[in-house]
Amino acid sequence: MTTTATHDDPEPSRIAEQERRDGRRGTRVRRQRVRAAWLFLLPMLITLALVAGWPLVRTVYFSFTDASLSDTASAMFIGLENYLVRADGIWYGILTDPSWWTAVWNTLFFSVVSVSLEVVFGVIVALLLNAEFKGRILVRAAVLIPWAIPTIVSAKMWAWMLNDQFGIINHLLMTLGLIDTPLAWTADADLSMWAVIMVDVWKTIPFVALLVLAALQMLPKDCYEAAEVDGISPLKVFFHVTLPLITPALLVAVIFRLLDALRVFDVIYVLTSNSSSTMTMSIYARQQLVEFQDVGYGSAASTLLFLIIALITVVYLYLGRRQLGIDR
Amino acid sequence: MNRYRLARLLRRVVLWALILVVMFYAIFPFYYAVITSFKPSSELFRVDYWLTSLDLGNYAQILSQRSFVQAIGNSILIAVSVVAIALLLGVTASYSLGRVRFRGRTAVMLIILGVSMFPQVAVLSGLFEVIRALDLYNHPGGLILSYTIFTLPFTVWVLTTFMRQLPMELEEAAIMDGATPWVTLTRVFLPLMWPAMATTGLLAFIAAWNEFLFALTFTLTDSQRTVPVAIALISGGSQHELPWGPIMAASVIVTVPLVVLVMIFQKRIVSGLTAGAVKG
Repeated sequence: MTTTATHDDPEPSRIAEQERRDGRRGTRVRRQRVRAAWLFLLPMLITLALVAGWPLVRTVYFSFTDASLSDTASAMFIGLENYLVRADGIWYGILTDPSWWTAVWNTLFFSVVSVSLEVVFGVIVALLLNAEFKGRILVRAAVLIPWAIPTIVSAKMWAWMLNDQFGIINHLLMTLGLIDTPLAWTADADLSMWAVIMVDVWKTIPFVALLVLAALQMLPKDCYEAAEVDGISPLKVFFHVTLPLITPALLVAVIFRLLDALRVFDVIYVLTSNSSSTMTMSIYARQQLVEFQDVGYGSAASTLLFLIIALITVVYLYLGRRQLGIDR
Repeated sequence: MNRYRLARLLRRVVLWALILVVMFYAIFPFYYAVITSFKPSSELFRVDYWLTSLDLGNYAQILSQRSFVQAIGNSILIAVSVVAIALLLGVTASYSLGRVRFRGRTAVMLIILGVSMFPQVAVLSGLFEVIRALDLYNHPGGLILSYTIFTLPFTVWVLTTFMRQLPMELEEAAIMDGATPWVTLTRVFLPLMWPAMATTGLLAFIAAWNEFLFALTFTLTDSQRTVPVAIALISGGSQHELPWGPIMAASVIVTVPLVVLVMIFQKRIVSGLTAGAVKG
């Protein structure tokens, strides 16, 4: 049975049984096991604390300082000045920066549009791979290719195909007579976001499709046979039987993809570099941090991104859990 | 009866048409990169749908660049080390989380899940400071360390799922014989965990091989770059004259091993990806 990615004991009865047996064997063995368990966990926990916990704490701290990249040690505490401050009757800080809000809007737009498209096409591809035909394994392997290609490489491949003068896509569209003049896919402010979405959708459909396919393969076969015998249309079967049953798997795919999309960086960095029409929160934060060397301000942007993602995760898990609770 | 047959035939045709569309969509960009990489620069700006020449000039050019070859070496070194560390720490941790019931286990699982959802940018400045303090800036060690942030949670999560599925009689016999947890782990579980470790190792390798943000930020000189950064930074005479031939050749060189891995291990990869998300 599919569940959310949250932690659940798959076999509580087995563990309970083990506890009962452990109890019979005396608590000495049990104590030894628990001690060993913590000892085994320690290296991993220390590593995570070093690469994730401590850096996160420092980033939040930096966001309240005027630290610069060349010298983070002599940073001075400046309170909320990086976020919002009033001086001489004018508000300053990241929350008043229009390009930050553009980045927030771009990130949300990119995430919602690309994840929606990925889910729709992912489900279609999964249904296709679930059908029985010769060479299914080969098709499945082919579908996996975009997932395996490094994001940077796929961005470069598409940048070449979307090249305004020599790109195959413009060539194709002109040959078909759909456009008269070549489109500047990655440079035109109205098109560049769609170019980015196109590449991201191409790259991540396989991931969604595989998750959905795994759920599809666990569905009972008999109700489909019954539906076919009764002559119910396949579309009706899909919306009334399949879709409700694969919803938990879809929720998992959406949360994974959404979290990935909200922190998007590399596709955009390569495809449209620093263009403001595709600048996302990650690009904005890194630009402040590395290019402008302003660690304090950049950390404030990073912290806000972290808070937004944490908020969305919590809300999503809460809603998802309730939905799943009804299912159970 | 005839109508029924016709409907069946029609459905078959639609199915195969869709399959061909999906195959074309999935493969074409890579196929086009391969075609481009074999074109001499004089033919580069003529659009062709088929392989028209087999010129190896682009490959010769990119492989004669010392920094690109170094980048391949760096990427291999970093990805292999990351996989080794993630598996070593992941197997011991997953034994604790999968086989032993103790207070705080759920909290540890939640921490791991939380870290796997971290936006990388959120730790960038703090991690930069840690890496500089350890003197690992512009050094493969810095990337190996930082890559554990996304490989380790994933590895632990999937291995824990696998560990739970193993029958508990295995362990009981060992406990009866008075084996310590370490012996139980290395003698009883490790031999059974190889398939799962191969899967997670492969996924961790691909993730480390493809990573970009940390590699871009924590390295400075060409000799320390990884492959994705090297490709992203290939530039020509001006911003508008990118050397597309060599870029496509470099892309093909770094992608072919991954595509081959995917073809060979596609079943494992699929099971690893879905185990991380679906079974939980």
